[in-house]
Amino acid sequence: MAEFLQFCASGLTVGAVYALVALGFTIIYNASDVVNFAQGEFVMIGGMTTVFATAAGVPLPAAVLIAILAAMAIGLLLHRLAIEPARGASPVTLIIITIGASIFLRGLAQIVFDKQFHSLPSFSGDTPINIGGALVLPQSFWVLGGALVIVIALWAFFNRTVIGKAVLATAANRLAARLVGINTSFVIGLSFVLSAAIGAIAGILVTPITLTSYDIGTLLALKGFAAAMLGGMGNPIGAIIGGLLVGLLEAFGAGYISSTYKDAMAFIVILAVLFVMPCGLLGRASVERV
Amino acid sequence: MANFWNKIGRAAATSVAVLALGAAAHAADTIKIGSSLSMTGPASFLGDPEGKTLEMYVEEINANGGVNGKQLELVVYDDAADANSARTFATRLVEDDEVIAVVGGSTTGATMAMVPVFEDAGIPFISLAGAVVIIDPVKEYVFKTPHTDRMACEKIFEDMKKNDISKIGMISGTGGFGKSMRGQCMDVAGNYGIEILADETYGPKDADMTPQLTKIKGTHGIQAVVNPGFGQGPAIVTRNYRQLGIDVPLYQSHGVASKSFIDLAGEAAEGVRLPAAALLVAEKLPDDDPQKAVVTGYKTKYEETTGEPVSTFGGHAYDGLMILVEAMKRAGSEDPAAIRDEIEKTQGFIGTGGTVNMSAEDHLGLDLSAFKMLEIKDGDWTIVN
Repeated sequence: MAEFLQFCASGLTVGAVYALVALGFTIIYNASDVVNFAQGEFVMIGGMTTVFATAAGVPLPAAVLIAILAAMAIGLLLHRLAIEPARGASPVTLIIITIGASIFLRGLAQIVFDKQFHSLPSFSGDTPINIGGALVLPQSFWVLGGALVIVIALWAFFNRTVIGKAVLATAANRLAARLVGINTSFVIGLSFVLSAAIGAIAGILVTPITLTSYDIGTLLALKGFAAAMLGGMGNPIGAIIGGLLVGLLEAFGAGYISSTYKDAMAFIVILAVLFVMPCGLLGRASVERV
Repeated sequence: MANFWNKIGRAAATSVAVLALGAAAHAADTIKIGSSLSMTGPASFLGDPEGKTLEMYVEEINANGGVNGKQLELVVYDDAADANSARTFATRLVEDDEVIAVVGGSTTGATMAMVPVFEDAGIPFISLAGAVVIIDPVKEYVFKTPHTDRMACEKIFEDMKKNDISKIGMISGTGGFGKSMRGQCMDVAGNYGIEILADETYGPKDADMTPQLTKIKGTHGIQAVVNPGFGQGPAIVTRNYRQLGIDVPLYQSHGVASKSFIDLAGEAAEGVRLPAAALLVAEKLPDDDPQKAVVTGYKTKYEETTGEPVSTFGGHAYDGLMILVEAMKRAGSEDPAAIRDEIEKTQGFIGTGGTVNMSAEDHLGLDLSAFKMLEIKDGDWTIVN
C-alpha cells in the first residue's frame, strides 16, 4: 500500500506538470488551430528566469513575478513576430513555425542563461511528509495545488468574464466571432500570453523537484502533447486528465513492470486509447465546416 | 548504398593520408593539431572545459617557444555531441586542415565515429571520452586519457568489499555513459563477490526516480546502491534517495565528479561516495603525492583564466595535449607515425588523471590507483582511505 501511494505521489506530481503543458497546448489550439511546440520552452523560461533572478539577489516572490511576466512577453512576441505575420498560412506551416521558435528560444536561453542544470530551494522545506507510508515532498503539494488554482482561475476566466467568453467564441467559430465584433487577433495573442503564463508557473513550481536547464522544454512539449492528444485535443478537462494519466502511467509502469520500458509503456497505452477512440478520451469528432 | 559511401570514404581517407604525409614533408612553419569537441549541446559540460583547456595550454606552449622550435596551431570544431558531425569534422581535419595529430572526442559516440577516419589516415588520436571500447581492443592510432567506467566499477566494489557490503541495488541512466558503466559493473561484480539484487534504469531526461527507488527500497537485503550516470539524473536520484529515507550507502560514479553535482543535490549529497581523479581534491592531497604539483598547477591556471571551477573533464584534455607534446618532442619530427610510436612509449607521465604508463597492449596506461575514493561531507569532497 505504501508503495502504491508512493507511485501515486510521483505520478501525480509529474503528471500535474504534463497537465499544465497540455492545457497550454489546448488554449492556443482552440483559439488558433495552432499546435504550439514552443510550449515546453515557456516552462523552461519560467524556471530559468526565477533561478537567475534569485541568484542576482531578487527575493523569490518578485523573481516569480518577473519570470511569469518575461514568459508572457515572449509569448506575445512569439505571436506578434512569428504567428501573426503568417496568419493566412495552413496550420501545418504554423506548427513548423512554432518548432522553429522553440529551437530559437532554446538557443537564446543557452546564451542568455547558460548550459548548466539549476535548482531552486523548495518553497516550504525538504522534509518529506508521511502519507500512509509514502514519503511526499512538500513541493509536490505546491505543484498540485498550483495546478488546481490555475484550473479554477481559468474556468472562472472563460465562464465569468467577457474577454474569456470572447476567447470561447473565437474557439467555436472565428468568422462568426469576428462578425459580432470580437477582435480575434487580440484573442489569439491573448491565448499565447495565457499559455506562456501557465507554462512559466508550471516551470517555477516544479524546478525545486526536477531541476531545470535550457533544454528541458523539448521532452515536456512531447509529453504534454501526448497528454493533450490522450485527453482529446482542444478539451481543457481532457488535457488535465490526460496529463495526470500520462504521469501515473509512467510511475506505475516504472514501479510495477519495468523501468526500462517506462516511456514506452505510457506511449503504448496512449496509442491503444487513440486506436479505439481516435479523438481522445474526451474529444469530439471533428466536423468539417462547410 | 552504405557500402558505397564506405568505399568512397575509405578511398578519400587513403588519398588524404598520402596528401597529409606530403604536406608534412613540406614542413610548414607551424605544427597543426586538431580537435573536435562537444562544446555545445547535451555534452557541453565535457566539451566546454576541454576546449578552454586546449586553447589555454596551446597559448602557453607557444609563449614558451612552441614544440621543436615551431609554434602550435590548434584547429577546433564543435560537434555538439553529434556522431555524424564528429565524423565530418574528422574528415575535414585530415583533408582540409592536414593536422598531424588529434586530441578530442568528448563523448564515446563522437569518438567511435571518428576512429575509422584517423585509423585509415594514420593520424594519432587521443580521445577524451570514457568508455573502455575506445581502447579495447587496441587500435593502432587511438589512445585515451580518461579512466574507464570498468575501473570506476572496480574501485567502487573494492570500497564495498572493505565495508563488508556484498548485496547491492543498481539504478542506472539509459544514456551512453550509464548504460556502458552498468554493463561493466555487471561484468566485474562477480570478481568482488558482489551480488546485484535490484537493477533499475531511468531515462537521461527523467525528472523523478522515486518509483524505481521505491522498488529498490522494497528489495530485501540490499546493503548499498550504485548509480552510474551523469548530468542531472544522479542529482535527482540522490534527492529522491533522501526523500524516501533510504539509509544504506549511495555510490555515485566519476560521471558526477564536479562541484555542480553537490550544488544540485544540495544536502542530499551528504555521505555520497564516488571514485574520482585527484584533481577534484587538489588541495587536500598529501604533499608527497606525485600528482600534487600537476593538479594544483592545472587547477590554479584553469580557475584564474576562466573564472570557473575546475572539472576533471578539462583535465583529460590537459593530459591528452601534454602526452602528445612530449611525444612530439621525443620524436623530434612531425611524422604522424613517429609521433604515434612515441605516444605508445609514454612512461611515468604524471597528469591530472594519474600516472600514465602506456604500452602496445595498453593505450590508456592508468591503473586503479589513479582513482581516489571520495565522500561528500559538509558540501565538499573528502578523501576516504
